[in-house]
Amino acid sequence: MNLRKRKTSALNQAIFREQREIRKERLLASPALIIGAVGFLIILLLAVFVPLLNPTDPNAMEVANRLQPPSGKYLLGTDEFGRDLFVRVMYGARVSLWVGGCVAVFSCILGTIVGVYASYFKVLDQILMRICDGLIAIPGILLAIALIAALGTSSWNVILALTIVYTPSVARTVRASAMVIREQAYVEAAKVQGFGNLRILWRMILPGVISPLTVQASFIFAQAIISEASLSFLGAGIPAPAASWGNMLEASKLVFSKAPWTMICPGAAVILCVMSLNLLGDGLRDFLDPRVKGGQKK
Amino acid sequence: MMQENKKEIESMQDPILEIRNLRVLFPVHKKWLPAVDGVDLTIQPGEITGIVGESGSGKSVMSQSVLRLRDHDTAVRYEGEILFEKENLLKWSLKQMRNIRGNRISVIFQDPLNSLSPVHTVESQLMEVLILHKKISKEEAKKKSVQMLKMIGIPNPENCMKKYPFELSGGMQQRVMIAIALACEPKLLIADEPTTALDVTIQEQILYLIQDLNKKLGMSILFITHDLGAVSNLCHSVKVMYLGQIVEDAKTEELFTHPLHPYTKGLLACIPHLAVERRKELPTIPGSVPSLSHIPEGCHFCTRCHEADERCRKMPPPVVEATPGHTVKCWKYAEGGKKNEVGV
Amino acid sequence: MLSYILKRILSLIPVLFVVSCVVFLVVYIIPGGPATALLGLEATPDQIEALNTELGFNRPFFVQYADWFVNVLKGDWGTSYFLHQSVLEAIGEYFLPTLSLAVLAQIFALILSVPLGILAAYRRGTALDVTAVSVSLVGAALPGFLLSMFLMLLFGVHLQIFPVAGYAGLEEGLAEHLRYLFLPALSLGIVQAAYLTRMTRSSLLEVLYKNFIQTARAKGIKESKVVLKYALKNGAPVILTAVGQSFGSLIAGTIVTETLFNIPGLGMLTLTSINRRDVFVIQGVVLFITLLYVLVNLAVDILYGFVDPRLRPGRK
Repeated sequence: MNLRKRKTSALNQAIFREQREIRKERLLASPALIIGAVGFLIILLLAVFVPLLNPTDPNAMEVANRLQPPSGKYLLGTDEFGRDLFVRVMYGARVSLWVGGCVAVFSCILGTIVGVYASYFKVLDQILMRICDGLIAIPGILLAIALIAALGTSSWNVILALTIVYTPSVARTVRASAMVIREQAYVEAAKVQGFGNLRILWRMILPGVISPLTVQASFIFAQAIISEASLSFLGAGIPAPAASWGNMLEASKLVFSKAPWTMICPGAAVILCVMSLNLLGDGLRDFLDPRVKGGQKK
Repeated sequence: MMQENKKEIESMQDPILEIRNLRVLFPVHKKWLPAVDGVDLTIQPGEITGIVGESGSGKSVMSQSVLRLRDHDTAVRYEGEILFEKENLLKWSLKQMRNIRGNRISVIFQDPLNSLSPVHTVESQLMEVLILHKKISKEEAKKKSVQMLKMIGIPNPENCMKKYPFELSGGMQQRVMIAIALACEPKLLIADEPTTALDVTIQEQILYLIQDLNKKLGMSILFITHDLGAVSNLCHSVKVMYLGQIVEDAKTEELFTHPLHPYTKGLLACIPHLAVERRKELPTIPGSVPSLSHIPEGCHFCTRCHEADERCRKMPPPVVEATPGHTVKCWKYAEGGKKNEVGV
Repeated sequence: MLSYILKRILSLIPVLFVVSCVVFLVVYIIPGGPATALLGLEATPDQIEALNTELGFNRPFFVQYADWFVNVLKGDWGTSYFLHQSVLEAIGEYFLPTLSLAVLAQIFALILSVPLGILAAYRRGTALDVTAVSVSLVGAALPGFLLSMFLMLLFGVHLQIFPVAGYAGLEEGLAEHLRYLFLPALSLGIVQAAYLTRMTRSSLLEVLYKNFIQTARAKGIKESKVVLKYALKNGAPVILTAVGQSFGSLIAGTIVTETLFNIPGLGMLTLTSINRRDVFVIQGVVLFITLLYVLVNLAVDILYGFVDPRLRPGRK
């Protein structure tokens, strides 16, 4: 008995080592994952530590210095109220990452609960999936606009609205992967052995949906940032004086032909952040799903 | 003496296809690895030649290289010669290749459902070859197509023309594939495991059909399979392939009665005999085909051969003509018997 | 084919039911009732109470929903509190520019993405493919309105080729109409194309390694025909689905972009309604565009049936 145990553990270690090797190889072969992760980390660190880098108040107006082009003093120039754009873009990153992160986390949690239960109980499945179909049929931004118009503008309402928008697609993904796992022999075996439904759900099915979920979370994160910018641009997002990328773009609407940096700086921030997250998602998918190579299957 | 005479008579007729020392290499991890490694092969007009081997033996790659079908998908390097009616196909441009594909050399593939486009009708897929190569009008092509389907044994061919592949049974699909392949009356038909994906009863029908068409139309057939039973019924001669090389080559009867190579012997032993020894465990060849990057240094088969010795592992064996017309690539037959080295 | 279409239409019923519930809830969930939103901060509680009663907000939930639902079916989508006209009328007035813009953007997107996606898939791994993939990666990270701003800056302000903003209706001539719509449609089209190029590329990649492609080549067919007849038709369902699904984001993008270019479309209507919290108009716009989106996808499904014979009942 002991010998067998030792043997299996040795075997397991060997398998584990090999898997680690393969992972390392795949990681190195997928630059998307590394570039995306590094890009995202840089933005995250800048957003967190901006008060240390530049203690300027993002909302401090200096009307004398309005619409200054980028210079040594104002790294990215100033806006029409003379606010330092570099500082505002960094504070904007805080807002965008906060909103995007919350939406990604909340919609993934909610979507997983819905998806896993739907995959396991037939009647529930019908009801939940019809609701998801209906929600997906409404273009996301519009649904968010409507919800925010109803509830009023605040960052929590933006998060709530976007969470409602993205949950159904998470639920669908999770359900699809859970359905595949449910048919696996080991789940059947557990059922035959009399394991409870809940135990099967959370112990066996949940771990299997984690990897598609992480991939989707990074895509939703990216999408939520774009959506937040669009909502703020329409005046249905984060309320005004707060520095959010969408607000800054909205404010530059009137002056960007004279002072293009007011548009280019927050715009570039959106693009870089979203691209990092998309790359991270692509990379994660390739990394977690060995069947896909070089983004062939999408 | 008599044997030599016979040989001369054979060679007086020009072979349809002659493959000389063919190597087909693919890039794997920045190295060129041979999937086909020095194959020689001659096909006479009207002859059915069988190629037998496990999956991964390079038999499909070899057959595809005759039409250079792999050129479109991946980087591939050819060495040696493929002579079709004395012309080296490896020297041709792909544009020239297109003129003989489906026209003078045709292929039928393993899985008829996936080999036919699911969103085009039988009509559209069949008439296309005729219009392309025979330069005939649509109406003529249609008439010819119906004739073709009739000959191939499809009941109600007019109806079949309008159908989509998924509406036909597997056997019918393969018949349509054969009709497409033979529409332009090719000189050579490459049948790449044409029966593998079919039900056993249908397999039989398709084999008979191929045999029948060979007699009627007189084209040569390169029949690729891992089914030894099919080979014994159909082929005039058989080549056994292992890891990109032909290890044994003989007339069908000779091969089945006097197999020489340990691999051939193993393959033959694996055929289940219904009546006898039902209780006994079916023999198998130990191990599996090694991957391209792990080809052994000496004889390719040495890792799975129980007769292999030090020499087999170190040096590639010569091709030995054990009896006239029966060659084998094995050290066992290198001394004693008739020595006749052809190549390495 | 007819029964296939019918089946598709029937399958929409539960979707539309859920949509109607959600859209109804949009007004129902307003804390304090719709009057709070409509009357703004200065209103007294009595005024709010009175308007809520007038709008029937004090009735039980199901009565309200049933009432609203029947009215919507009858064509009464409520009245705008600020425009003093019915919601449906307002939508009708603002719809045409949006439709024009969306259609033009979709055309741009298809012209850009399909050939590029096919070429990228066919020449997989080449510089062209890498470029196409990288460009579409950037495109996927772009909000449409941002690209609009870049294009405005480049074409409108610096090169002065196209008008920076504004709109000319069809009655002012097609050329003028298109001239004004060119920049917004192009920017929306490019963003859309980024996604569609990826989808076209990946669907073609999947198809190009199928056995029937090898069969087609073995017949001696020219490569261009192999790709256009066999690969494209087999890959078309995926591309079609992508077009249908991305129509939602296209129309959403249209709404945001319109506000930037001052195009008097549904986007403008939405923007002004957000500012006034004219909730019935917003509700109407959401319902209207969702119906449009659902119809577009129905059309895609039906087209799908034409492309892929396996979906047609009666066959087999």
